[in-house]
Amino acid sequence: MMRQAKPAVARRPLNYQEVWGRVGIYAFLGVVALFFLLPLYVMLVTSFKSMDEIRLGLIFSLPRQFTIDAWVKAWTSACTGLECTGLRVGFGNSVKILVPSVVVSILLGAVNGYALSFWKVKGANVLFACLLLGSFIPYQVFIYPLVRVYAQTGIYGSLAGIVLTHVIFGMPVMTLLFRNYYSGLPIELFKAARIDGAGFWKIFVSIILPMSAPIAIVAVIMQVTAIWNDFLLGLVFAGRENLPMTVQLNNIVNTTTGERAYNVNMAATVLTSLVPLAVYLLSGRWFVRGIASGAVKG
Amino acid sequence: MGAEFTRHVKRNLVAYIALLPMAAVVIFAYLGTMAWSVRLSFSSSKLLPRSDFVGLNQYVTLFDTSRWLTSLGNLAVIAFFFLLICFVLGCLLAIFIDQNVRGESLFRTVFLYPYAMSFVVAGLIWQWILNPDLGIQATMRGFGFSGFVLDWVVNPRMVLYAVILATVWHGSGLVMALILAGLRGIDGEIWRATRIDGIPAWRVYLSIVLPMLRPMIITSLVLLSISIVKMYDVVVAMTNGGPGTASEVPAKFIMDNLFERANIGLATAASTVMLITVLMVMAPVIYSQYFRKSGRAA
Amino acid sequence: MSSVSLESLDVSYGNVQIVRNLDLNIRDGEFLVLLGPSGCGKSTLLSAIGGLTDVSGGRILFNDKDVTWTDPKDRGIGMVFQSYALYPTMSVERNLSFGLRIAGIDRAIIEKKVKWAADLLQIAHLLDRKPSALSGGQRQRVAIGRALVRDADIFLFDEPLSNLDAKLRAELRLEIKKLHKTLKSTMIYVTHDQIEALTLADRIAVMKDGIIQQLDTPLNVYNKPANEFVGSFLGSPAMNKVEGALVADGDHLSFAAGDFRLDVSRYPFTQKVESGRKVVLGLRPEHILPASGSAAAIEGKVSLVEPMGSSILAWSVFDGLSLSHLVGQDDGCEADRTFAVTIDVQKASFFDVETGWRL
Ligand SMILES: Nc1ncnc2c1ncn2[C@@H]1O[C@H](COP(=O)(O)OP(=O)(O)OP(=O)(O)O)[C@@H](O)[C@H]1O
Ligand SMILES: [Mg+2]
Repeated sequence: MMRQAKPAVARRPLNYQEVWGRVGIYAFLGVVALFFLLPLYVMLVTSFKSMDEIRLGLIFSLPRQFTIDAWVKAWTSACTGLECTGLRVGFGNSVKILVPSVVVSILLGAVNGYALSFWKVKGANVLFACLLLGSFIPYQVFIYPLVRVYAQTGIYGSLAGIVLTHVIFGMPVMTLLFRNYYSGLPIELFKAARIDGAGFWKIFVSIILPMSAPIAIVAVIMQVTAIWNDFLLGLVFAGRENLPMTVQLNNIVNTTTGERAYNVNMAATVLTSLVPLAVYLLSGRWFVRGIASGAVKG
Repeated sequence: MGAEFTRHVKRNLVAYIALLPMAAVVIFAYLGTMAWSVRLSFSSSKLLPRSDFVGLNQYVTLFDTSRWLTSLGNLAVIAFFFLLICFVLGCLLAIFIDQNVRGESLFRTVFLYPYAMSFVVAGLIWQWILNPDLGIQATMRGFGFSGFVLDWVVNPRMVLYAVILATVWHGSGLVMALILAGLRGIDGEIWRATRIDGIPAWRVYLSIVLPMLRPMIITSLVLLSISIVKMYDVVVAMTNGGPGTASEVPAKFIMDNLFERANIGLATAASTVMLITVLMVMAPVIYSQYFRKSGRAA
Repeated sequence: MSSVSLESLDVSYGNVQIVRNLDLNIRDGEFLVLLGPSGCGKSTLLSAIGGLTDVSGGRILFNDKDVTWTDPKDRGIGMVFQSYALYPTMSVERNLSFGLRIAGIDRAIIEKKVKWAADLLQIAHLLDRKPSALSGGQRQRVAIGRALVRDADIFLFDEPLSNLDAKLRAELRLEIKKLHKTLKSTMIYVTHDQIEALTLADRIAVMKDGIIQQLDTPLNVYNKPANEFVGSFLGSPAMNKVEGALVADGDHLSFAAGDFRLDVSRYPFTQKVESGRKVVLGLRPEHILPASGSAAAIEGKVSLVEPMGSSILAWSVFDGLSLSHLVGQDDGCEADRTFAVTIDVQKASFFDVETGWRL
C-alpha cells in the first residue's frame, strides 16, 4: 500500500513558558544540589590540605599540595583528650558495638513481629502500643534510671551495657517493621503449617524466616546507620573503654587545646561518615524503603 | 472463662514465652524507668537519688531557671523554622524531581545523603563552614568583600539559625524521599483528568496531590518532630550550647544536669515536662497512624 | 457538537509505534466504539484525540479545525476514565465544579450546571460525600458528571464500565445510551467488551495492533466481519473456524474439509474465486440451525452439550468435523445422539487463508 504524504508537521510548537519552566526546574535543583554537596566538598578538600594552606582562609579552593598526612593522623594519632591513638580505636569500638547490637535487635524484632502478627497473645497489642509510644519519647527520660540499674548489675560502662541499650531502643522500630511485613504475608501459609502440626519455632524457622529476606535487608540498613550514628547512648553507656567513633570524633574536634587541626578534623569527620555513606550508596532505594516502612504502617 | 483462658494460654504458650523479652523491655526499660524518672522529679535528689518527697518544688525551680526557659524558647524557634523549611524544601524538591528530569537518581542521592550521616557530623561540618575566621566569611573577605559578615556560629543572636541550617541540611532529604514516593504512587489518570479540566500544575499539587499525600506528610512531620525534640548531638558538636546559653536545648539541659551539675531532681523534672509534652502531641498521631484499621483482623 | 477526523495519525512511545497511519472520520453526534483486545492501542488513540498524548505524525481535526496541538482543556472534550480518576480529597460537588472554578466561571452558573448534571445522573443526594464513600457505580456517575459539566462537544470514554460488576455494567450501559440520546454529542467509547460495543455503537471500529481492521455498523461488523480476526473477536459463543478448500462439485462450488462438504453456491463472494482456492470458513454457532424436515440437512453425532440458559450450545461431529451450534431447549439435543442441522451459507464468512481478509 502506498503511504500518502503526511498532512502536517508533527512537532509540538515551542512553548516559551514551558521552556523557561524547565530551565527553572533544573536551576533550582542544581542550586539546592550544590548546597547539599558543599559540606562534603569542603570536608574533602580541607582534609587534603596542610594547616598552612588552611590558614589562608580559602575553604573552597582545591588543595595546592595534595597530602594525606591529615588522614593518617586522624586514623592513627589524633588526640582525644590525653590519649593520642586516633580514630581507629573508636572505629574498632563502633564495630564491636554494631555487630552484636544489629544481630540481636533484628532477631528480637523478627520474633516479636512474628508473634504479634500470627499468634494470639492476650495483651500483646497493648504492650506493642506502649513500645511504639516509647520510641517517640526522648532518651533523657529513661537514661538516668537505666544508668542506676546497669550500675547495680555491673554492666554500666561495658560492651554488654551499650549493646543492651541499643537493643532496647531499637526494639520499637524493629518490631514495627517486622510486624507490618508479616501482616502482609498470607495467613494461609501459617494455617497450613499449623495443620501439619508445626509449632511456634518450627514455623518461624522453616517458613517465616526464609521469607524475611527483603525486610531483613531494610532492617540491617536502618540499624547499621542508626547505631553507627548514635552519639548520646554511646557517650553515656559505653564506658571509657568502648567509646564509639562518633563520640571520639567529637572529642577530637571539640576538646583539643591550642590551634585546631582542621585538616585532621575533616579527615576524621569523613572517616566517621564512611560506613553510613557506604551503606546509603550501596543500598539505594532500600534505604528509602526503610525510612518509609519504619514509619508508615505497611 | 477461667478454664477457657488456661486452654488458650496452653495452646499459645510458646508465643507467650517468645514475647517475654519484649514484655520485659516495655515494663522495665520503658514504663519502669519512666515511672522512676517521674518519681525522682518529686524528690530533692542532687548527686544521688533520694526518696523524699518535695512536691512540685523541682518544677517551680525549673521554671525559675533562665537556662531552661531559654532552651524551651530555642527549641520552639528551631522546631518552627526547621519543620517549615524542611517541609517546603522537601516538597519542592520532590515535585521538581517528579517532572521527568534527567539525572533523577543523582539528584535523589545528593538530597538524601546527609540523612545517612550522624548529627555529630552535620554539626561539625557546618561549624567549620560557618567559622568566621576560616569559613565562608574569611573566603569572601579574601575575595575583597571586606565587609562580608557570616558569623552565625559565634553570634548569640544568629546561632540558632546556624543550628537550623545544619538540621535542615540533614533532614529535608527525608521529606523529599517520602513525598516523592507518594507522588509516584498517584494514579496517572488523575493527572490526565486534571489536564482535561484545565487545572494548572501548581494548583493540582496544592489542591489535589498534596492532600492525597496526607499520610506521607504526617509521617515525615512526625519523624522530623521526634528528631527535633531529641536534638542533642548536633548542638553539642556545633556550639555546645553557646555562645553563652544562646543555643541551649532541653535535651542538653537535662544531660548537663544529670551528669555534670549533679542535679538529678531538676533534670528529671525537666525530662518529665518533655515526656508530657511529647505524649500530648504524639498520642493522637500514633493512634490514628498505627492503630486504626491496622494489624491483622483476628 | 463536533465531528472528528484523524488523518494518517501516528502515535509512538519512544521507538515503539503504537498507532500507525490511522485514518478515521467520526460524524457529528455519532457514537463510535473503539473495540479491540488489550494492549492494541485503544487508550493511546483516545488520549491522542484528547490531547493527553502527543502524536508523532498526522493530524487531528475537530469540525475541520486542526487541534493537533491544542491544549486538552481547549478542545471542548470531556473524558471519563477506567479508574474514575476522581479527586479523592474533594466532595462530589467539588469534583464536578473544580474545573469550572479554575476557569473562573460565575458561581451561579457553576451551581446550575452542577445541579443539572447531578439531576441527570441521579447523584444529587451524593453531592456532599467524598468519593471514598461511594459505590463503584456512583463513582462512575460522578466521573461522567465531571465530563458533563464541561459543556463538552465530544465525550471520550476509556473503558468506563470495566471496573463494575456485570449487573451494574448493564445498567450504566443503558444510561450512557440514554445520555447520548439526550445530549446528541459525539461520543468515542473505548472498550474490549463486545456486548458494550454492539449495544452502544452507531459504528464500531475494531482495532488490532494499532490498526483499524473494520469500521462499520454493529450489525455489519458482526455479520460480515472484514477479516478472520474481527470474526473471531466478536461473538460469544465464538465463531467456528474451519480451514479447507473450494472445490467444483459438478455445476456448483463447494467447501471441502476432509470428508465434510458444504454447498456454497449461494454465498455472496465479494470477488471472483476459483476452485482449488484455500479458504477459512467462519461459521457462527447460531447460523447452524436444527433441521426442520428440509432437504439439505446434515447429520452429526452430538459429543457434548453446554446449557447456556435460554439456549444450549452443542458440540457435534459432522462428517469428521467438530462444530459448535446453538439449539433450543426443546430440540431434543443430547450427548451421543445423532442430530440433523442445516447450515445458513449466506450468513457464513469465508476468509483467505493467507491474508485473513474476507472473500
Ligand atoms: N507510557 C507508555 N510508555 C510505553 N509504552 C506504553 C505506554 N502506555 C502504553 N504503552 C504500550 O502501548 C500499547 C498500547 O497501550 P494502550 O494502553 O493503548 O492499550 P489498550 O488498547 O488501551 O489496552 P487495555 O484494553 O488493556 O486498556 C501497549 O502495548 C502498552 O504496553
Ligand atoms: Mg486502555
